[in-house]
Amino acid sequence: MSVAAILSFEEAMEKYDPVLGFEVHVELNTKTKMFSSAPNVFGDEPNTNVNEVDLGMPGVLPVVNKAAVESSIKIGLALNCKIAESCRFARKNYFYPDTPKNFQTSQYDEPIAYDGYLDIELEDGTVFRVEIERAHMEEDAGKLTHMGGATGRIQGADYSLVDYNRAGVPLVEIVTKPIEGAGSRAPELAKAYVAAIREIVKNLGVSDARMERGNVRCDANVSLRPHGRERFGIRSETKNVNSLRAVEHAVRYEIQRHAAVLDSGEPVIQETRHWHEDTRTTTSGREKSDADDYRYFPEPDLVPVNASREWVEELRATLPEPPAARRKRLQADWGYSDLEFRDVVNAGVMDSIEETIAAGASASVARKWWMGEIVGRAKTADVEPSELGVAPATIVELNQLVEDGKINNKMASQVLDGVLAGEGTPAEIVEKRGLAVVSDDGPLLEAIDAALAAQPDVAEKIRGGKVQAIGAIVGGVMKATRGQADAGRVRELILEKLGVEG
Amino acid sequence: MAAINRDDVAHLARLAHIEMSPEELDRMAGELAVIVDSVKSVSEAAGADVPATSHPIPLSNVFREDVVGHTFAAEQALSGAPDSFEGRFKVPAILDEE
Repeated sequence: MSVAAILSFEEAMEKYDPVLGFEVHVELNTKTKMFSSAPNVFGDEPNTNVNEVDLGMPGVLPVVNKAAVESSIKIGLALNCKIAESCRFARKNYFYPDTPKNFQTSQYDEPIAYDGYLDIELEDGTVFRVEIERAHMEEDAGKLTHMGGATGRIQGADYSLVDYNRAGVPLVEIVTKPIEGAGSRAPELAKAYVAAIREIVKNLGVSDARMERGNVRCDANVSLRPHGRERFGIRSETKNVNSLRAVEHAVRYEIQRHAAVLDSGEPVIQETRHWHEDTRTTTSGREKSDADDYRYFPEPDLVPVNASREWVEELRATLPEPPAARRKRLQADWGYSDLEFRDVVNAGVMDSIEETIAAGASASVARKWWMGEIVGRAKTADVEPSELGVAPATIVELNQLVEDGKINNKMASQVLDGVLAGEGTPAEIVEKRGLAVVSDDGPLLEAIDAALAAQPDVAEKIRGGKVQAIGAIVGGVMKATRGQADAGRVRELILEKLGVEG
Repeated sequence: MAAINRDDVAHLARLAHIEMSPEELDRMAGELAVIVDSVKSVSEAAGADVPATSHPIPLSNVFREDVVGHTFAAEQALSGAPDSFEGRFKVPAILDEE
């Protein structure tokens, strides 16, 4: 396998203008398949979730899954698409062992949803509108495993094994219009676009949206043209790009590769490229030739789908608040700065903070706990913060204990450890671990006397008005009380004792 | 007469994975031309006001509720397979495509 020459990304950007296009396949999480009543379940024993329809046996009759149509309409609506009043299915004919019927039932000239758009917000807040050409219904293919050979790749394989459990799983394919004007932000936009699609279908509840399971899969089209030229260059289509990071890397790599090809004076070949996560490069797949002559024709075994306006409006009424709008609303409600909010989102604690505020915490208290104590512990435990097991009510209770002066922040952290260790509620842990703040002034005054005696020069400074020196005395007291004193009260008592105004 | 030449037939035969002799290609080119002409005369009978028909019965929205039905056991699914291995269909290596 020869390694393609590439230009640096910066040089590629100086010379050329990238145009992108995406086909994202979303597997729906219906209970059954698109055209058969066999279960739509991931990870079962091979060829156990199939019946005669999925295996393409002669004389069978497919029947459309109503829930899958409704999910498709919801996706169309969430992408600001028009929903076709009438649409139909078509056969896409090709011979390949992942498709036992020798055709895939898809939609061709009449997709269920078309002419939409999605506003994509990049990390710095720039909003980029991606136009949606169409979203159509189809079925997934079976899973091939190539056996033998050295690499497990298809080249050099001795034979292939086929599991048809995935065959017939409902898919919605979302196709963008050509995306122009992204410039050097093309790789970033690619990642953000796929992330947005994944977030939307997850939020709609129509897909499990787990990329590692192939629920959301992206084919990325890239072409370059010299700056100022309107006509598009020749594109490549990179398949098998199945993580957000890979989408960004693949687009970046293809831009660099195209630029090197164009620089050499050669034409770019219109072809399928395969993404390799290990080397972060693409290699040539088959060239597009008559393998792409799919001879679509209307599926004679299925009748048209008519989406009445009443039905569409009923479905529209069930749509949840779009994720982007929800983020805007929450940020405004909580009064977080852009930076604070972005950190919260990136840390994956937005939902947890929302729940904690609903449980009675203030926005700033909820953020302090989640972004401080909890994110740190989650990182150590290598789990998502929300999976650590901290209930919103626990945070509210902990904060109340601190505000009431019963425990200080350092103790609160220990109490949280206790909660996570399953020792009980915060109040119970304070009791059990004997963590209450020493609020009786008697022992404090003793400790203060001792600390002042130990550091007479500091005491003298404070008497002389250098109040900022008080930290050393407070520190001594806290040490003597093993952290169980209320530092604020200690400070008050020291100033009182020395007769200095705070 | 519609122009269906031998190359068109050879192309279709390849797409359909049908092996055809030179004689068969010649004969089929003539027969397909007649068929295409016949279809064309039907098209001419329909005016611009007649929508294309993909199904003879005026039905729409034939749906199934999303309820799990029957499945095969893997042995049943594989019972007609020329070859299988560990619960999966075994097929020859595919080298020329994806």
